[in-house]
Amino acid sequence: MNFSLTEEQQILQDSAARLVGQSYSFERRQQDVGSAAGFDPELWKQFADLGWLAIPFREENGGFGGEATDLMLLMEEMGKGLVAAPYLATVLLFGKLVEAGTEGHLCDDLLTRLIAGQLQGGVAFMERQARYALNDTCTRASRTSAGFVLSGEKTMVLNGPVADKLIVSARTEGSQQDESGISLFLLDTTTPGLDLTSYRLMDGQQVANVRLNNVQVKSGQLVGQENEGLALLQGVINKALPGLCAEALGLMTHLTNTTIEYTKARKQFGVPISSFQSLQHRMVDMFTACEETRSLIYRSVCSADKPDTQEHLRNLHALKVITGRRGKRVGNDAIQLHGGMGITDELDVGHYVKHLMVLNSLFGDADYHQQQLATLSLPV
Amino acid sequence: MDITFSTDDLKFRDEVRFFFANAAPEDSRQLINNPDTYKQGVIQWQKKLFAQGWVAPFWPLEHGGAGWSATQSYIYECERVVAQAPDVVPFGLKMVGPVIYTYGNSEQKARFLPGILDGTDWWCQGYSEPGAGSDLAALKTRADRDGGDYIINGSKIWTTYAQYADWIFCLVRTDNSGKPQQGITFLLIDMKTPGITVSPIPSINGVNSLNEVHFENVRVPQSNRIGEEGLGWTYAKSLLAHERTAIARVADSRSRLDRVREFASSEHQGGRPMIMDEAFRTRFTTIEAELMALEYMELRVLAAMASNRSPGAESSLLKIRGTEIQQALHELTIELAGLYGCMIADDEASSADIGHSFGDQARKDFMYGRASTIFGGSNEIQKNIIAKRVLGL
Repeated sequence: MNFSLTEEQQILQDSAARLVGQSYSFERRQQDVGSAAGFDPELWKQFADLGWLAIPFREENGGFGGEATDLMLLMEEMGKGLVAAPYLATVLLFGKLVEAGTEGHLCDDLLTRLIAGQLQGGVAFMERQARYALNDTCTRASRTSAGFVLSGEKTMVLNGPVADKLIVSARTEGSQQDESGISLFLLDTTTPGLDLTSYRLMDGQQVANVRLNNVQVKSGQLVGQENEGLALLQGVINKALPGLCAEALGLMTHLTNTTIEYTKARKQFGVPISSFQSLQHRMVDMFTACEETRSLIYRSVCSADKPDTQEHLRNLHALKVITGRRGKRVGNDAIQLHGGMGITDELDVGHYVKHLMVLNSLFGDADYHQQQLATLSLPV
Repeated sequence: MDITFSTDDLKFRDEVRFFFANAAPEDSRQLINNPDTYKQGVIQWQKKLFAQGWVAPFWPLEHGGAGWSATQSYIYECERVVAQAPDVVPFGLKMVGPVIYTYGNSEQKARFLPGILDGTDWWCQGYSEPGAGSDLAALKTRADRDGGDYIINGSKIWTTYAQYADWIFCLVRTDNSGKPQQGITFLLIDMKTPGITVSPIPSINGVNSLNEVHFENVRVPQSNRIGEEGLGWTYAKSLLAHERTAIARVADSRSRLDRVREFASSEHQGGRPMIMDEAFRTRFTTIEAELMALEYMELRVLAAMASNRSPGAESSLLKIRGTEIQQALHELTIELAGLYGCMIADDEASSADIGHSFGDQARKDFMYGRASTIFGGSNEIQKNIIAKRVLGL
């Protein structure tokens, strides 16, 4: 039993903490988010130089063969600094799907460029009617002599406006709710018939709806096996979840710490408001929320080497439930304890809270995962 | 980062399983569940553990401990709960024993430790007073010097199982001049000494486990004082963290969660098992997810202890979440029983007569379970501790 870090992991954590703590101010973040891309391409280059874009990929693909622990460490530090970068969309979703579902020259080429910081990706899995259900897919991919023709609309594609390439889920077989019959396709965002509607989420990040109007694709653009895209997609999302929640933990940790510091400095009735017990207990609850979240991140990291077991799936659902619930609580309390300042745009608190809300709604919120947990824990 | 057990740990687990399979814990458990045979059952089980050398595994080897690692203690606790074996009563083994072997002199160690280990002496704890609960340092029970003795006057309250006790360990006031924490002395007092009376406090679950202990001119030899006069607060406090860690009872909650699942499969409403009830499913999985977090919080504390870091304020966190989860489970169980959660089974009508298997126990557990967020330092006090020592507020 061991929760300590290896020397390499310690180095990774230190370098991430250094970059975020020393050269990434909140002002810079706001500037980056407001820019056309929603992040700073120079920062992305720096990620590439530091080797961070290579972390989750296998060594034969030019990666570092990193583990869940490595991603946890990196993402937590990025959360603490509210770093705007499409790490989730390009590396953890698009890149990992490429690695899992393509091979040969295509895979080599895409991952080499991605790891070098020269390729941005996105994964278009969501549809308007589906909420969080990945199986609920209306977008059709019909067979043609040359390959497939895709029609339909995918929504809220993270990094969509910036992505060079997208992986799109579409139904090759079966009806809307079937789990089988979904296939994944690799598309250039410049493909004729593919229209993007770009917009922003509340945390400033760029997303897009992608309309597919009879888009012609070749069979070679299939990612993974035909009709078996759902399991591939779900597997990649599951691998990203501990990292995503670690980023949420980083946000929660910052919110807790900044609240503690604020209440120590803010005086009312002639004393720092941190001396009031009702506020102290709320901050203890915020701290406890972070510790509970961290414990479940460790738990799912420890079972990540058995990705298909019920045990690991239960750990992931519980993690998403607690991160969602406790994250909401920490966010709301951070705003409340900052008083009027908490609802200003000037202070970083609101921006941390908004990113936290986005993370906790991605891939299913607490209620959704609680229902999934119930299916596993309380079979009927 | 991993939680895999070593080959030695797995061997140890087999050894523990073998012991539980052969030690007939259910016999002692049945005695313990009946208030009339409670003490007999506790001592019977303790003697079995003593014979095995496992009665105080966390004690140093030279004093009769087993030298277990934190991982081994964790394995034992998990297996104990699976085997539904009783826990030991903490007052001697977990509370005063460590104080005596850490701060006591060699005569005291020789006199008291063997009786604590083999169950000859039953101990109770004399800390709280009618006027000193969460503010323990406000205690007023006086110990005045008289030749080679102290004369004790005052009252202790919430003394669990004082009616069975041979000895009581007490915090008493020997000096009023300084800060409240100073001038407190740690004394070991024979319950048979003239001037001690025990009055029961019937409690909310209908069981009499709590008492008030009165001291009227009780003469205690100075040789029963632990360490120096006036340093009792320090001695007592240094070991409180261990008590809190134990109060979390994480493995017990896991086993209770499993039982709740079984109850919910057998309880029906409108022809459907309660396990299909949406409100129940939400409540169950809320507790389950929180318990899953608590399990790893405990492992993290154990891992820290294994690398010789003491469980500091984290133990307060474990105590808070552990007891809150216990209470949530008690609540879910009694409400799952519906109106049967209000029933009383006794000699007149047993659970079988009434026709409900877990309602009576659910009520008792729920009612007494309210104590867990109060004792061992109330949860509000634990939050004060975290606020001060961890968050620097």
